[in-house]
Amino acid sequence: MIQTVPQSIITIALCALATILTRFIPFILFRSKEKTPKVVEYLGKALPAALFAMLVVYCLRNTKISTGNHGIPELIGILVVTAAYFWKKNMLVSMAAGTIVYMLLVQFVF
Amino acid sequence: MNNNEVRRTEKDINQADGAGKEVKSVNIKETFKFAFPKTLPVMAGYVFLGISYGILMKTKGFGFRYPVSMAAIVYGGSLEFVMVDMLMSKFNPVQSFLLALMIQARHIFYGLSMLDKYNDIGGKKIYVIFAMSDETFSINCSTRVPANIDKGWFYFFVSLFDHFYWVFGAGAGWLIGSLITFNTEGLDFVMTAMFTVILLDKLFHEKKHYTAVIGALSSISCLLIFGADNFLIPTMAMMLILLIAFRKPIEKAELD
Repeated sequence: MIQTVPQSIITIALCALATILTRFIPFILFRSKEKTPKVVEYLGKALPAALFAMLVVYCLRNTKISTGNHGIPELIGILVVTAAYFWKKNMLVSMAAGTIVYMLLVQFVF
Repeated sequence: MNNNEVRRTEKDINQADGAGKEVKSVNIKETFKFAFPKTLPVMAGYVFLGISYGILMKTKGFGFRYPVSMAAIVYGGSLEFVMVDMLMSKFNPVQSFLLALMIQARHIFYGLSMLDKYNDIGGKKIYVIFAMSDETFSINCSTRVPANIDKGWFYFFVSLFDHFYWVFGAGAGWLIGSLITFNTEGLDFVMTAMFTVILLDKLFHEKKHYTAVIGALSSISCLLIFGADNFLIPTMAMMLILLIAFRKPIEKAELD
């Protein structure tokens, strides 16, 4: 460890503060519904689907397509999740199915 | 539309709810039962990732208090992993703060999406905003809460459970991480699976998919251009520009 205890406490506090800021800023800026600009209201409705897509990509950001196992376990895992979702319409079941298949693939096949 | 009038009616309903205290305590129990299963995938993912984080902190020579307090106070997975290196390099508070802001900037978009939902849930608001991780946001934003369930308590329980899993994992990883012998490789895929299912569920319940396409297009193209470590900020910028540029057709097509 290089940073002293007081230094590391400051670093941790600043990282916590940065996180808290990003989480609270929208609620502080747009406190009352009447004063919230229409475009912000629109973004609030339009963003979730875009963000869910972003989070899937974010989870897969370190998958190497050109080397290693070429992201095949990830692709199969997602296909299993999708197939199970449309088959059973149960979110928990499809997540479990996809995760188990993925674990088997990376532990025993690839 | 008269916003004031709508607000007043909502308030009246809330007050009426508060009057019947017995009804409310039953609701909390049911809400607990409704919320818990929703967090099971996060339990698997957070306990696993938390353990990896706790182990990493221990092997780098940090005491037990470090991973646990960081998990509780900072509560942001990717930032905490970055902080391991941060704490082991020269003290640079300004750079640390700016880096943390960049890594966490996506939360601003989560907040914008939850402005409506987290309104009118009383003092719980402070905690649910504080504890809004990627996963908690996704569950709270995507769950269609039934009428017999108290929305505020639902958001609160999901936030609290997820937060607890993460802190528990970090502590357990530091304490007993080296005792885990079964092969957990690939368990972190549960988070990918969860976001995929939430996305599918969203797509299934809306008529047109313009905004999901914009999200996918922005993040994939920025990932290819900027690489895994730097693509979130450009993705957010691109999403914002596209969503505003296509506001008219999007509003017409899919938003109620």
